[in-house]
Amino acid sequence: MPALSAEIREKRYKGTGAAPPRVALAGLSLEVAAGEFVALVGPSGCGKTTFLNIVAGLDRQFAGAVRIAARPDGAPARVGYVFQEPRLLPWRTVAENIALVLEPQRSAVVDEVLDVVGLAGAGDLYPAQLSLGMSRRVAIARAFAIEPDVLLMDEPFVSLDHDTVEQLRHVLLELWRARPTTVLFVTHDLREALFLADRLLLLSASPGHVVAEVPVRLARTQRGNSAEIESLRDEILRHHRQLIGAAAAVPVG
Amino acid sequence: MVVAQRAPSWLRASALVQRIGSVALFVAVWQVAASAAGSRMFPTAGAVFAALVRECVDGPLLFHLGVTLARVAAAFVIAMAVGSAIGIVMGRSRTIDVLFDSWLVLLLNLPALVIIVLAYVWFGLTEAAAIGAVAVNKIPAVAVTLREGARALDRRYAEMADSFRIGRWRTLRHVVLPQLYPYLFAAARSGLALVWKIVLIVELLGRSDGVGFQIQVFFQLFDVTRILAYAIAFAAVIQVIEWAMFQPLERRAGRWRH
Repeated sequence: MPALSAEIREKRYKGTGAAPPRVALAGLSLEVAAGEFVALVGPSGCGKTTFLNIVAGLDRQFAGAVRIAARPDGAPARVGYVFQEPRLLPWRTVAENIALVLEPQRSAVVDEVLDVVGLAGAGDLYPAQLSLGMSRRVAIARAFAIEPDVLLMDEPFVSLDHDTVEQLRHVLLELWRARPTTVLFVTHDLREALFLADRLLLLSASPGHVVAEVPVRLARTQRGNSAEIESLRDEILRHHRQLIGAAAAVPVG
Repeated sequence: MVVAQRAPSWLRASALVQRIGSVALFVAVWQVAASAAGSRMFPTAGAVFAALVRECVDGPLLFHLGVTLARVAAAFVIAMAVGSAIGIVMGRSRTIDVLFDSWLVLLLNLPALVIIVLAYVWFGLTEAAAIGAVAVNKIPAVAVTLREGARALDRRYAEMADSFRIGRWRTLRHVVLPQLYPYLFAAARSGLALVWKIVLIVELLGRSDGVGFQIQVFFQLFDVTRILAYAIAFAAVIQVIEWAMFQPLERRAGRWRH
């Protein structure tokens, strides 16, 4: 049984005022195995965030079904969410932000996860004192702190400089190796997806649905070699022209 | 970090000096003008302070002041609690907002005196009617302020709280309330300013103790000296509450802003 399966027959936004009704997702179905790292790649506006919100249970106005496997002890699965903006409460310290999502008896985990993302000792700072890169680390630490069964990540590395992104990708992979979980990672950056994921699901332009599936058979240790990634990327772009828009958008994003 | 934000100490000291100077100037002008007028209806500052001390030591000023402050506190707490609840509900639900918005406008525009008189007519000259009338005067303004706050709540934080399933109580305490603090403080400040003035009218019209009742007694005796003595004592206590309670609380709630 997959850790996560989703079948969205249709997700429609009601028109408001001048904006006409819009179908954001149509016939999007996917399955993710336990412990698998899946990247959803698609052009901007194809409904990626909408889909994650549905999986997270934030949006229930859709036709279809989302199933997340329960924990072995029968408890409902825990879902961690790393939003596109870090969404840390500005009036709480870093440590308080993480403790907020934990059961009180597990608050010792706070220092542990902060240490793993390289922010040991930053627990008493307020989010306004952090750079965007540091805030993103905290958001990732928070999501891992709950020991999620499914981890949703919505373009968690946009608007960062190249070096910071590199660092954060490594931090993420390290965390994921140490605390394996099922990951659904949304990005418009094909290189990023190829670097991180076990499997890519390519989405169409709006209304979004899966147009292709690309397993990445390259061992993660090999992926530092960018020539391999580049040739994979070229091949994918040759077959899926709608992603060219997404690829072109990378430097901007 | 807070220390770095404060004005340098010499500037703060000079602000305090300026304030004291301003008050001293006021007292001096009062003293000179009253001496020149030489009327019993316009006592000098010295006479009023002497009366104030006398009323505190030998007279019933402290008792009446205590009674009035208790009414202020009760009416204030009720108005803040009820007004906040109404405001938050109206800010979150469009239907309820549309249904009751006109009620709020009507209540906002009803003169305080009308509410007080109606309260006494309908519920008798009781303590409950007195405190209730003061609270009702303040509730609509609190509701309007908190409705603004509830409308301004950031949905992104609510989604975060929701996706991590932190529960209603934690969401309220850590996500919702901190966003409402500025509105709560604004409502509390203007609330105190309104409540302590209306309480005197309520006491004057229908109670047999409190600062308002005493002022009515002195009014009948044309005893301006003691009217001013009571007024100054009361206003000073309210100012101290503002300084000692609201400002430190507000600083504490805002310490995350850098």
